[in-house]
Amino acid sequence: MSETTTHTHAELSEQFNADEARVNWHDETLWWVRQKRDKAAWTLPEWEQLRETASRIKINTLSNLNEYLKEFEKNAQKNGIIIHWAQDAKEHNAIIHGILQKHGVTQIVKSKSMLTEECNLNHYLEGEGIDVIDTDLGERIVQLAGEAPSHIVLPCIHKKKEEIGEIFHQYLGTPEGNADPQFLTNAARLHLREKFLTRRIAITGVNFAIAETGEIVVCTNEGNADMGAHLADVHIACMGIEKIIPQRQHLGVFLRLLARSATGQPITTYSSHFVKPQPGQELHIVLVDNERSTQLGREDFRSSLKCIRCGACMNTCPVYRRSGGHSYHTAIAGPIGAILAPNLDMKHHADLPFASTLCGSCSNVCPVKIDIHTQLYKWRQVITQEGHTPAAKTVAMKAMATTLSSPGLYRRAGKAGRWMMRHMPWLVNNKLNAWYKQRDMPAAPKASFGEWYKKNRK
Amino acid sequence: MAAVKKNQPALEELPSLADIDAIRFDNPQEKFKQVLEGIGGTLLIINSLQQAVDYVKDNFKEGNKYITTIPGLEGIEKINNEEDAHKLEDVEVAIISGVFAVAENSAIWVTGAGVKVRVLPFICQHLAVVLDPRHIVNNMHEAYERIAGEGYDYGVFIAGPSKTADIEQSLVLGAHGPKSMTVFLLDPGAL
Repeated sequence: MSETTTHTHAELSEQFNADEARVNWHDETLWWVRQKRDKAAWTLPEWEQLRETASRIKINTLSNLNEYLKEFEKNAQKNGIIIHWAQDAKEHNAIIHGILQKHGVTQIVKSKSMLTEECNLNHYLEGEGIDVIDTDLGERIVQLAGEAPSHIVLPCIHKKKEEIGEIFHQYLGTPEGNADPQFLTNAARLHLREKFLTRRIAITGVNFAIAETGEIVVCTNEGNADMGAHLADVHIACMGIEKIIPQRQHLGVFLRLLARSATGQPITTYSSHFVKPQPGQELHIVLVDNERSTQLGREDFRSSLKCIRCGACMNTCPVYRRSGGHSYHTAIAGPIGAILAPNLDMKHHADLPFASTLCGSCSNVCPVKIDIHTQLYKWRQVITQEGHTPAAKTVAMKAMATTLSSPGLYRRAGKAGRWMMRHMPWLVNNKLNAWYKQRDMPAAPKASFGEWYKKNRK
Repeated sequence: MAAVKKNQPALEELPSLADIDAIRFDNPQEKFKQVLEGIGGTLLIINSLQQAVDYVKDNFKEGNKYITTIPGLEGIEKINNEEDAHKLEDVEVAIISGVFAVAENSAIWVTGAGVKVRVLPFICQHLAVVLDPRHIVNNMHEAYERIAGEGYDYGVFIAGPSKTADIEQSLVLGAHGPKSMTVFLLDPGAL
């Protein structure tokens, strides 16, 4: 799993950048998804009103979260749902294992849930002898490849179809060399249909949980959450406590924003509302804190809990698009992941808030108006104060601060730099310069802007 | 829960949804059709339920299992309420009725009580939905106004056939659920 890596974002990006053609393809594909998002947003004149309303609903939710959680629990129980509370990932995993043991089940299906990725559930259950089949096509592909999802909405966006064809040939027996998406999808359909029909317990995620009614809403395009849940004896839905929204009518706001922001679709194919278990079935909901209450107490970072996991910030991010999701070495990659992860383990994720240009594009596309880039900047300050930045960066930043605070030193340093780049380019165009990696250094001008202005001013 | 209470900020007001100036269409039915076709669905206007039966028989594999929840569809097997969900695995076409639809995204609201067995609209190879065109609302806010106080046990908005683009962003219809979705708008004059 990527969780256990000891490499930094910069090191992992370097691996991803080794194949320039692939990086360009990854970059362009995600930008295409971003453009689809724009087109979908522009069809609605009230788009900005929707974002503002969604943001304010979430702000209200976070300011009254304990009451909404109590209300949700009460109403869900009234509907015959069994509610569990988990303090952390370990408790979450143990609760699920307990339910499986109670039913004597060792094989399950699971639809997409980023929370279970965060809790490393698959790895834990495998250690307990449980066979877990991920049923989202993208997740199944990365599961067969022994990898983690690289994107929360598009789990295998880093893979080429030829590689997927190879994986299917190896595990599902498709003909060697067949990389046709239609053919491969149909092979997965047949493979997974058998699993849906034979597994007695299904796990799903949760997109929204409604305090007022005690119901949960799960959104998919493939229909895998419903196939799993409706064909199983036991449905377990896992959610972070921030997935609560106050009222059913608020779904109108969030469902209008979610798919348009994620993929540019007007809505996901299925938006399923689970109120009561099917006759004869058990429905469990596991509500997980796992440091969310800590983030709630961090004034500068609490609004990250407004996130509805659409992935728009990843698709637009110039760093994500060119470094790939795995370079973030955390379950949730990209800009939002980089402000959620330091809350879980600041030291281990100290590099992530620096994996950004702070261009602000993420904040501009966020459907619930999280000030993502501001929070990235604020995390840098917290991380530096706590002493988690690498030594080389600290020395370089100090040298830069000295230079920038002295006009004389700044002019002399600029002159020296330009002379060096013109006369000894090999001094900067080499592997010792981190800025030269996967980039060409620009040609240096003869004069600085200051010198040019002095000469040309009339 | 104690930590949540301790760390949550001072109460902020809940906004009113009445302020949202949500999109409306001159012709919601036309918008519904346009969006549905854009996401891979097919729309047909029919004057009688028999036309739906004929269309299904003409367009889907003969000899396969058709099943419906609509009593008036003659010659099509009716679903048994007590049916084991797993036995629906061989259903080629399921014909169900939609409660209402939403023009902005062509989603159709279907309830568990309406389909009898929840898995039916997912497990079939092809899905057909009969809809009264008078029940097409403009947007999702109007949709939730309709179902705000409803007592459903399970409900789902279905918009088009099941799909995936997980392999290199190539759109493929028919991921785990139906490979196609046909919507029959039953002319209200014929009702």
